[in-house]
Amino acid sequence: MADQTFREWLVTDTPTSRRHAKLSALYQGWLTFRSNTMAMVGLGILLLLIVVAVAAPILSPHDPFVQDLGNRLAPLGSEGHLLGTDSLGRDILSRLIYGARITLYIVALVALIAPIAGLLVGTVSGYAGGWVDIVLMRITDIFLAFPRLVLALAFVAALGAGIENAVLAISLTAWPPYARIARAETLTIRSSDYIAAIRLQGAGAFRIITRHIWPLCISSLIVRVTLDMAGIILAAAGLGFLGLGAQPPSPEWGAMISEGRRFILDHWWVATMPGLAIFTVSLAFNLLGDGLRDVLDPKAGE
Amino acid sequence: MSMLQIAGLNVWFGAARNRVHAVKAASFSVAEGESFGLVGESGSGKSTILRAITGLASTGSGQIEVEGQPVPARRPKPFFKTVQMVFQDPYASLHPRHSIDQVLGETLHLHGFKDIDNRVMQLLDDVGLGQKFRFRYPHQLSGGQRQRVAIARALAPEPKLLLLDEPTSALDVSVQAEILNLLADLRQNHALTYLMVSHDLSVVGHMCNRLAVMKDGEIVEIMDVSALRRMEATHPYSQHLLQASV
Repeated sequence: MADQTFREWLVTDTPTSRRHAKLSALYQGWLTFRSNTMAMVGLGILLLLIVVAVAAPILSPHDPFVQDLGNRLAPLGSEGHLLGTDSLGRDILSRLIYGARITLYIVALVALIAPIAGLLVGTVSGYAGGWVDIVLMRITDIFLAFPRLVLALAFVAALGAGIENAVLAISLTAWPPYARIARAETLTIRSSDYIAAIRLQGAGAFRIITRHIWPLCISSLIVRVTLDMAGIILAAAGLGFLGLGAQPPSPEWGAMISEGRRFILDHWWVATMPGLAIFTVSLAFNLLGDGLRDVLDPKAGE
Repeated sequence: MSMLQIAGLNVWFGAARNRVHAVKAASFSVAEGESFGLVGESGSGKSTILRAITGLASTGSGQIEVEGQPVPARRPKPFFKTVQMVFQDPYASLHPRHSIDQVLGETLHLHGFKDIDNRVMQLLDDVGLGQKFRFRYPHQLSGGQRQRVAIARALAPEPKLLLLDEPTSALDVSVQAEILNLLADLRQNHALTYLMVSHDLSVVGHMCNRLAVMKDGEIVEIMDVSALRRMEATHPYSQHLLQASV
């Protein structure tokens, strides 16, 4: 080991232990990911977003809630307000910086709930088949048949307004496509020889689903989630716009756009700046999803 | 004692009008330590018999006995400690996201072995793969190496009867010979019984003691390999097969 650098230790093709093999595989994946420039740009933007969200109190020049009606709708680059002020004289830059927290919060919650629920339903449905499949897929169909925003509205109305409930409602309406994907993948996987082989070792359905089917479904789900993130941020904004998501003083990007909508002809920056923020983050997620697909595709090495 | 006894085995696929009668009243027995071949063209039901024995294809009717014990419809765990199978296509029979260590380790774990680390290394040695392959993934291996891993997995529970579903048909000719020699050595060292499916008469002639010829789901003839070598088939279809393979 002495004359071997850490990097050589990581890229060796003859790992000496299980942990070594795992680290090595992770590093190889990172190398593949790193060679995709656009994906790295996406990752960079998202890391920046996280830093901004964490360090919001330090970075923001003003309090995002303090109103200054004497200085409302100030244009871009006006003194002390780089991105101008909104209809109540609040600094747009500060609101964008604090809004990053809310955006991350939405993204994290939805990414935890919807794909996991979809994965569970889809793989169980696809592997079990028979009446389990029929029942679960008809439930999925019912959820799919509703217009998403209307169903989310119903959920929020039942649960009460607020960003948490909005996210929960979005998740509840977002899982059916994931269940569909997971089921389709499961159907092709379950008839393959390697599943037959593990069945011949006496493995039960639970082990086969969690250890053998999930790892193959997760990669396509992760990609799909990152590609859906833009839509999720926008759906949260839509609920905010209808008064059922983020409540007024909170600097949620979607709510900021709907506020700026009234002045869009005379004071375009009020709606444009949060719009650009949503655009940038959505783009970053899409780029990241593309890069992740290259890394996670099981057939990539063949 | 016969290791495997099959009597009047029927297998159907599909229902009603689309029903396919894949295996029709197949009967044969394989003695302990014997290597028995099943030959026939594609779609003659050879592989279906293997899948019916393991329970992967549901049987229509008939008796399957392993070591004199009738096999229940839902195969119990000890069954898989006696009977194991090697699949035809090594590119499809290994999980693409599991390393060789995971494949063998999980198999050993499922069969309740304790000293998994030592056994994984022992299995890799048995099939002629070095330790350096232990943490590789299937896509980092050649077809022949993958088939060796698949054979190691089948050997892991220390079975007595190995079902081989055309184990070399997906491989290059040079690699085929290596795998066949490996299988022949393993049979000797581990006192295994083979039931081998192939459409290649020369492979069966090299590997087996006896063979059954199948056509359209039926076993038309069971003969010794010595008879095969003397070209003494009685059924016209087996004669035709022999002529075609010369």
